[in-house]
Amino acid sequence: MPASELAATATLRKDTWWLEPLLIVLGLGGFVVYTTWAALQGAHYEYQNYLSPFYSPTLTPSWWPWSPAILILWGPAGFRLTCYYYRKAYYRSFWWSPPACAVRDAHGAYTGETGFPLILQNIHRYFFYVATAFLIFLWYDAIYAFIFDGRFGIGLGSIIMVVNVALLSMYSFSCHSCRHLCGGCLDKFSSSPLRYRLWRMVTTQNESHMLWAWLSLVSVALTDVYIRLLSMGIIRDARFF
Amino acid sequence: MPDAIMRVWRGDATGGAFKEYRVPTDEGMVVLDVIHKIQATQANDLAVRWNCKAGKCGSCSAEVNGRPRLMCMTRMNLFPAGEPITVAPMKTFPLIRDLVTDVAFNFGVAKTVPAFKPGRSEADGTFRMMQQDIDRGQEFHKCIECFLCQNVCHVIRDHPENMPAFAGPRFFVRLAALEMHPMDTDSRAEYLRLKAGLAFCNITKCCTEVCPEHIHITDNAIIPLKERVVSEYYDPVAWLLRKLVGK
Repeated sequence: MPASELAATATLRKDTWWLEPLLIVLGLGGFVVYTTWAALQGAHYEYQNYLSPFYSPTLTPSWWPWSPAILILWGPAGFRLTCYYYRKAYYRSFWWSPPACAVRDAHGAYTGETGFPLILQNIHRYFFYVATAFLIFLWYDAIYAFIFDGRFGIGLGSIIMVVNVALLSMYSFSCHSCRHLCGGCLDKFSSSPLRYRLWRMVTTQNESHMLWAWLSLVSVALTDVYIRLLSMGIIRDARFF
Repeated sequence: MPDAIMRVWRGDATGGAFKEYRVPTDEGMVVLDVIHKIQATQANDLAVRWNCKAGKCGSCSAEVNGRPRLMCMTRMNLFPAGEPITVAPMKTFPLIRDLVTDVAFNFGVAKTVPAFKPGRSEADGTFRMMQQDIDRGQEFHKCIECFLCQNVCHVIRDHPENMPAFAGPRFFVRLAALEMHPMDTDSRAEYLRLKAGLAFCNITKCCTEVCPEHIHITDNAIIPLKERVVSEYYDPVAWLLRKLVGK
């Protein structure tokens, strides 16, 4: 066996290295399919004081003939698409570059993020700014979900919406770009104690960025499902107060 | 304990094959112990690089059952008893013989890294640094240069044509330590972008997965460096602020 043949072996791994990419394809792929379907519906996205996060803020200009979600979803979608965690997830699982560690890359040539279009991943921090603006609307929606006919109340939908926006906030503010902007760009923390404290707080959450990414992905889809089912009359909202 | 069935790569750059050895094992043995036993009892000419047997010299890097590992830190009871264990040399570097590879590529890259450039010292000729300023760099100084991160990085592992344009994770750790040093005055953004090929990295985190020192290579070194390069070259607001403030 020539040594070059050893080098050409796809992998010598014996464990289930394919399981993680498979689960990510199912999870992320399922989310993308559902979100696309839900965004194209243009209906059943609100119920009383509840508004689906896929449609917030709801922009309905008279010249726009399609679903209002299409006008806004580029923001959060761009944030997730350029996110450092999701890049790892989809480069590995969808693009097989590489599918797992010490498993051969599926492509003959590789240039990474050096050229167009992947060089555009560098605009991630701008999508972070956009995502932060979206959070303001989502927090407003979550608070509004506690007001039933002008009076304070608590429904299962209120709780779902507030949990969802809390998870989305944790995902956004544990972002690597946020960590850099808060203080990671500094060489001397001692000269900016406030930014140092902020950087440490973000760093703590940044260690769980993958967890927040998945939890918020699931919660945002479930929130839409819940409001959609209410709006379609399939289920009834549980009121606690 | 049952005999271990070891499939060890034997050969050099011209060719070779996996050869099977059955080795009696004792409790607590690591893969390097078994390789030494093979060397002592069955194959005196088996080439293996090692030194400290304590996970600190970074010499005994290899691929055990296809996963890049330090042989001295890989316990035998990690593997199901009675199943063959494959031990191969690091795939990314040219093979010298058996389990020994030529890692000179890394020494070549090391020579190109812009060195530490301190600012002016204080009046008494010393430097004073605050603890919080150096905490971040301590993690990077744990690197033992085993080159497992370089070996597993698909940028050069599967695409050796990228080697002249890519420094690799070990050197991004070194560059992060220099860039974030409170006393360093140099900027290596241009080197990172043009010479070290930072943009080749697609942050798939294999370097972090295999690091025996558990350095968060991707999160704490590579991504912060990418963000610094973004500030320097791809962020118009940061550029404008630099022009206005002069920093």
